[in-house]
Amino acid sequence: MNCKTSREVGGMGHSIKRKEDARFVAGKGHYLDDIKLPGMLHMDIVRSPYAYAKIKSIDASEALKVPGVLAVVTGKDLEQYNLHWMPTLMSDTQMVLPTDTVMYQSQEVAAVIATDRYAARDGREAVRVDYEPMKPVIDPYKSLAPDAPLLRPDKEGKTDNHIWHWEVGDKQKTTDLFENAEVVVKEQMHIPRIHVASIETCGCVADYDKVNNHLTMYMTTQAPHAIRTVIALVAGHVGLTEEKVRVISPDIGGGFGGKVPVYPGYVIAIAVSFLIGKPVKWVEDRSENLQADSFARDYHITAEMAGTKDGKILGTRFKILADHGYTDASANPSKFPTGLFSIGTGSYDYDTAFMEADAVYTNKPPGGVAYRCSFRVTEAVHAIERITDRFALEIGKDPAELRMQNFIKKEQFPWKSPTGWEYDSGDYHAGLQKAMDAVGYWDLRKEQAEKRARGEFMGIGISTFTEIVGAGPSKDFDILGIKMFDSAEIRVHPTGKAIARFGTKSQGQGHETTYAQIIAEELGIPAENIQVEEGDTDTAPYGLGTYASRSTPTAGAAAAMAARKLRDKAKKIAAHLLEVSEDDLEWEVGKFFVKGAPEKSKSIQEIVFAAYTNHPQGMEAGFEATHYYDPPNLTFPSGAYICVVDIDNETAEIKIRRFVAIDDCGNIINPMIVQGQVHGGLTQGLAPAMYEELIYDEEGNILNGTFMDYLVPTAVESPNWETGHTITPSPHHPIGAKGVGESPTVGAPPAIANAIVDALSHLGVTHLDIPITPYKVWKVLHEKGIVQ
Amino acid sequence: MIPATFDYAAPATLDEAIALLEKHGDEAKILAGGHSLIPMMKLRFASPEFLIDINNIPGLSYIREEDGYLKIGALTRESDLEHNPIVKAKFPIFTDATKLIADPQVRNMGTIGGNLAHGDAANDHPAVMLALRAEVVATGPNGQRTIPIDAFFFGFYMTALEPSEILTEIRIPLPGAGTSNAYHKLERKVGDYATAGVAVQLALDSQGVCREVGIGLTNVNPTPMRAARSEDVLRGQKITDELIAQAAKFASEDCSPSSDLRGDEAYKRSMVGVLVKRMIRKAMERAS
Amino acid sequence: MKRDITITVNGEQHTVAVEPRTLLVHLIREQLALTGTHIGCDTSSCGACTILLDGKSIKSCTVLAIQANGKSVQTVEGLAAPGSMHPIQEGFKECHGLQCGFCTPGMMMRAIELLEHNPNPTEDEIRWGISGNLCRCTGYNNIVRAIQYAGAKLQGQETPSTEPTFV
Repeated sequence: MNCKTSREVGGMGHSIKRKEDARFVAGKGHYLDDIKLPGMLHMDIVRSPYAYAKIKSIDASEALKVPGVLAVVTGKDLEQYNLHWMPTLMSDTQMVLPTDTVMYQSQEVAAVIATDRYAARDGREAVRVDYEPMKPVIDPYKSLAPDAPLLRPDKEGKTDNHIWHWEVGDKQKTTDLFENAEVVVKEQMHIPRIHVASIETCGCVADYDKVNNHLTMYMTTQAPHAIRTVIALVAGHVGLTEEKVRVISPDIGGGFGGKVPVYPGYVIAIAVSFLIGKPVKWVEDRSENLQADSFARDYHITAEMAGTKDGKILGTRFKILADHGYTDASANPSKFPTGLFSIGTGSYDYDTAFMEADAVYTNKPPGGVAYRCSFRVTEAVHAIERITDRFALEIGKDPAELRMQNFIKKEQFPWKSPTGWEYDSGDYHAGLQKAMDAVGYWDLRKEQAEKRARGEFMGIGISTFTEIVGAGPSKDFDILGIKMFDSAEIRVHPTGKAIARFGTKSQGQGHETTYAQIIAEELGIPAENIQVEEGDTDTAPYGLGTYASRSTPTAGAAAAMAARKLRDKAKKIAAHLLEVSEDDLEWEVGKFFVKGAPEKSKSIQEIVFAAYTNHPQGMEAGFEATHYYDPPNLTFPSGAYICVVDIDNETAEIKIRRFVAIDDCGNIINPMIVQGQVHGGLTQGLAPAMYEELIYDEEGNILNGTFMDYLVPTAVESPNWETGHTITPSPHHPIGAKGVGESPTVGAPPAIANAIVDALSHLGVTHLDIPITPYKVWKVLHEKGIVQ
Repeated sequence: MIPATFDYAAPATLDEAIALLEKHGDEAKILAGGHSLIPMMKLRFASPEFLIDINNIPGLSYIREEDGYLKIGALTRESDLEHNPIVKAKFPIFTDATKLIADPQVRNMGTIGGNLAHGDAANDHPAVMLALRAEVVATGPNGQRTIPIDAFFFGFYMTALEPSEILTEIRIPLPGAGTSNAYHKLERKVGDYATAGVAVQLALDSQGVCREVGIGLTNVNPTPMRAARSEDVLRGQKITDELIAQAAKFASEDCSPSSDLRGDEAYKRSMVGVLVKRMIRKAMERAS
Repeated sequence: MKRDITITVNGEQHTVAVEPRTLLVHLIREQLALTGTHIGCDTSSCGACTILLDGKSIKSCTVLAIQANGKSVQTVEGLAAPGSMHPIQEGFKECHGLQCGFCTPGMMMRAIELLEHNPNPTEDEIRWGISGNLCRCTGYNNIVRAIQYAGAKLQGQETPSTEPTFV
């Protein structure tokens, strides 16, 4: 990497070690469950064993006899304060606690408040709920059948289980193209319902102070400011106006989108603390986390591609059925019910596309969150990258060559996609070439041919994805009306050390290091002298939080812009100190010097000191700046991934032999941290590709609601990831960065699926739904008569 | 996740433990490694009223060769078995199996006695013990008795242990010349219960004729299962590819797997066949 | 009914009253206020609660506090004096072996015992050796490197480069 700053300053491009790690390795991270307040009560939640049932009665009498149990709260109790319902981020509604009907298994039914968590759990076991089970709707296709029960009669005017319809692109043009195209391929695919499964579950401590009418809400949230606003909007009528609410997001043990929504437990804890005037802690256990918190994905997609026999892609058509469970609790920008699925035209140069989606209710937990994903991009990338491979297979062309043939060329950027996006920059040919060289692509193809002749199964899968992150420009992007800018505030102390605060919230991404590096790059103050703070709404500037790879594109940009404001001020002070005109000064990292007389200079530290001790008359004292960054466009990171698999021809066990990931996230702030993000994201891509899926039976019972059966990959399942990068800066971003967190999670599943399908394609296999397990592959081998 | 309340005692002698078992009957559970029991209690699938913690009883954890047997104390941890030099040299099957049981931390607590006494066909040691033709020593109010492994597993989570008996030792005949063994299970991910598991021990004479054979199957039957017909195919024969295929076929036919998230019946039968073949070959390789 | 137990934690002896059902992890976190040991699941699957009990790595969510009576516990807080680092801590920090930090204490406590048995583990041995610890952030590559780094450091060997390498 070319770095403008020295390693000591630690600006962009340096793999400096993370500033936050000292406390984590010492066991001094401060997570939600570590919070212990005087008089704190504990809450546990009674949950429904049924997916769909009437509640006939709730009998708390035995629970209230359990020593330590103070109260049992039901929906009827909350109803008195109109707190039994809450809005979802998609302007749907969700029960906090039910008054008469449960809509999914493990739904919250009542809350038990006790003096300690053991008593609370005993109380939960002692609450008797009498249910009248009903036949649930589990299959989203059956949800639209005329005889399906109406699941949401609470929604005025609703006569069926259809939530919304969405479409984009030119339908007629696409229809015409598909009717006349030389080649059309089509696959039905399911992107399974999965769970973020961060190792820390969700929880809160709601601490309402009756004397001061003030709520401090400690909470595992990725978006503390938005949460504060939501609390004020929902509970303002009982006196919790926004200045009376402080949300603190402590260290977060992994978020991945699962800690964006407001879950009923948070609201109940607030309500109880508000009524009792004592702090109330609620921390869910793993089963509750997997079974009730928002799921991700669950898109049924019919994907089609049209093209020519010689491999030119001409168009795509995607039709989606989205299973949202009991309510649309997606965490999308308001105007985007399918998130940014429309990026699904991919990395290829064609001008015809049509996409449509319909969402339905079922008796499953609500969602879906943007799990390490800029809002449904994972689903979109899976569809385009799978159907591209399908097209290559159909016409007998190598999938790498087909991609090279169809890529948007780097000189075509900015490139307008058929669904309306303006891709900022990219060099897709370079990325794929680098990946092919690293993996030894053509040798692998030769080896594959030899193995195939011997009856062995080996596959090579490619995924060359385009991402869309950094939501987003305020003209289109808001959540509940709040525009999706983000913010930075930099305050430099007289001795030249700084504190910087942000509206985002790291959950492991390393913001305390990378934001400091951005400021170091801009001001020359060593990164180690810049303290980064996030997560406290009383101190940090307003922002929409960290998810969808938006922190670097938005708050990272805000950091650079705020720092540039300070540099402008520094220039004025330097001119004053050096008694020259501003025009005579030039900036070099960490100092201003007089043009032609470099010995005449003032370091940033001297300038900052002067801002407090010797500032020019008429200038405001101090050295602080704030910036709210409203991005002009999204950023479009990309990647070229190649996966090589070997499949046992008797047991169908799948072994990932190699996985090479070349990412392009524009300019890199800290290569070590970017690489760490890629490693982790790849394992989270491997997970749904081969292991994870939330499985429900026909009665709506979850079949794998613990870590015994929800198969999070360990170090043994994860291969040694080989990663690298190309660098195509974003032309509109202040530091040319694009964001990277989700790229690997988005890009890995189709690379793995394509590799496995490739290993079996000579048997006539054109598609397998993820997760592709040995059992699933064995069934194919069995059908084809390869195994008995 | 928190267990319901229970009472607890940690007796210092086996006699005390047995007396407690007699006193509390069905309400009591033995706590050894606790890694099957405590998760069940946390999930409140099990709520025993009394736990008898046998971890403080001396003399229940050992691995020694004696009287032609490998004798393993019931409280021996999986990790002790994993790293024991005698076991490594003479019973590679344990090295195969222990590596695949749960994970290192669980193996530091989990005991071989618990793994057997739980009576769970999904556990790995039952099949291994069937292959090795082990005996189980049970100690009760009337002293010790020895139970052949074939008479130990009764039904779903049921064993031949009387309510007031404690499994105290496992005895495995020491392998003679030309004898070796192997175990493997297919698992969805590391540490999972078996999709299917197969344990094989073979004794070959100098001509390569199979003098004795034991084949045990994991998690493909309501109870831990001996593949008796497969053993009969090989016993007394010079082992050929045809005989191996026949043994595999019989095992896959004779087991009785249930369909679950790990796969359907046909898949599991097929996996039993593959693993029987592979483990026979591996044991043969090791024996020669 | 609560009973007194005596337990040595990070070298310091404590006598505490616990219910028989009190889980060791709750004793450590709540009664002894050592919150570096975390809870990530209900089924002894994730390893976030891993500590050393008489020198052996165990999952403290699946052991009763009363079982630790008379025994010695080591947690992440006991690895090094404040301001200094045990080689395993240094390895995780230098090799970027952590992101959110939640699994890290358990991962390190497991790694310590792994390195005691096997001071020079191969990559494969490390991967199997930490198979009882889930990490959702790092993809494990750098955890493997962190443990190798600590192994070298513990033996007084030269530590491998901690710079990232790219294809």
